Amino acid sequence: MAALLQVKNVSKHFGGFTALSAVSLEIAPGERFGLIGPNGSGKTTLINCVSGALRNESGSIVFDGEEVSRLAAYQRTRRGIARSFQVPRPFHSMTVLENLLVPTQVELRKLELARAMAARPRLLISDEAMAGLSGGEVDEVLAILFKLNDKGITIIMIEHIMQAVMRFSQRIVCLDAGKIICEGTPTSIVQNPDVQKAYLGA
Amino acid sequence: MKYWVSVAVLFLLSVALALAPTNDYFFYAAFVVLQFVVLSTAWNILGGYAGYVNFGTGAFFAIGAYSAVVLFKWLGAPLAVQMVAGAAVSGLLGFSVGLLTLRLRGIFFAIATVAVTFVLETVMINWRYVGGATGLQLVRPAVIEPFDTYTRMLFVVMALLALIAISVARYVQDSWIGRGLRAIRDSEEAAECSGVPTLKLKLFACTISGALMGAAGAAMPMYLAFIEPASTFSLNYSVSALAMPMIGGTAHWIGPVIGALILATIQQVVTVTISNEINVLVVGVLLVAFVVGAPDGVLGLFKRWLRSSK
Repeated sequence: MAALLQVKNVSKHFGGFTALSAVSLEIAPGERFGLIGPNGSGKTTLINCVSGALRNESGSIVFDGEEVSRLAAYQRTRRGIARSFQVPRPFHSMTVLENLLVPTQVELRKLELARAMAARPRLLISDEAMAGLSGGEVDEVLAILFKLNDKGITIIMIEHIMQAVMRFSQRIVCLDAGKIICEGTPTSIVQNPDVQKAYLGA
Repeated sequence: MKYWVSVAVLFLLSVALALAPTNDYFFYAAFVVLQFVVLSTAWNILGGYAGYVNFGTGAFFAIGAYSAVVLFKWLGAPLAVQMVAGAAVSGLLGFSVGLLTLRLRGIFFAIATVAVTFVLETVMINWRYVGGATGLQLVRPAVIEPFDTYTRMLFVVMALLALIAISVARYVQDSWIGRGLRAIRDSEEAAECSGVPTLKLKLFACTISGALMGAAGAAMPMYLAFIEPASTFSLNYSVSALAMPMIGGTAHWIGPVIGALILATIQQVVTVTISNEINVLVVGVLLVAFVVGAPDGVLGLFKRWLRSSK
């Protein structure tokens, strides 16, 4: 099956700091894909490049057969790439009532996902939608993501909560210092010595 | 429908007033009040909806005025042509300032618009053709029938422009453009990632806002029969155009209209009864009072009152 999203040799530097060096990955339609890595490993930079918030310096990003890396973010959204933000960014002035009605974090995260879904995307990038939530709340958000995936939406999950990524993803890629150090099924990832080293520094 | 009937009634009312045998001074003062309705409504399209604070209303106003003067001196163009040209040139200036929003946000954008004012004022001070620093006397053409005096005609023209500005603001607010601009105000990144073409909308808001300010300014040289840089580029325009929507309320198109009617009328009364200098004090005191006591302006107060009386 042709990949929905192809990232080929994408690099990004901030001054002298290499945030991403020649990252390549492919995501199939309908896939549940997990992206993990320690803090500062380039996860958010990578999805910023995919969603269009940042421009990659080299390499290409192909979505549904079309090169999108020179398109503005809103044009990519209209082609079907949506994302939620790590820090929820509700549109305050438009949802005053909703903001009054939803005081808890978990509801804000759901609002954030709902806002991303309003664009009717084919690819949803969920950036740390579960950070800081309790166990039960994590289950609620996971259930929503599973339901969206059932409806045919491809999902990239970026998450620090390991048990959530492990349960959700069919395939996981681990980034460290801007490079892919490991790719595989959830079980193979946790057993990989490079991943353990990146996380534990052992 | 009800809206357009009110617009037509208000316009006919302004014509009737201008033909009535009232004191000419009324039109002299009312022109200025209406001019501020245009400026504050125009300011609110960018500042209120999109959240980009323009501190350079004076520049857009003055560029409109100077475009009119150039056309008048060069070709003897009639008022309507002067105003269209003023709108076009200031709209172009708005577009260029809009390009600044690519990199500048918040306070930095506001500072850049102040800088634009100073740069353009310096250019006009050194441009002999339009009178330089000393200014230029202009001889008004004959007044058009059925109006008795030029001031009465200008009053009707400004009333029409105010109604156009309000209608534009109302259209922008109720359309997808307004929703997009409000999304930009809350979070530009999230707006962009929800499919809002942020740059295009910002450029649109800057251009429309600038064009309306320019049209208002273009009527000024004929009103005074004189032009001079210091008063045309006056910071008073910038401050008032910002204070009026804040006082009226920025969330709805009626807010800047209420704010302008209240503040500009007070200013006119104060100018006559006390002194011209107290004007600035009135703006300052009212602005501080509203920012502290009623941050959502008169509209916010009204909504609160509606809710509590339920």
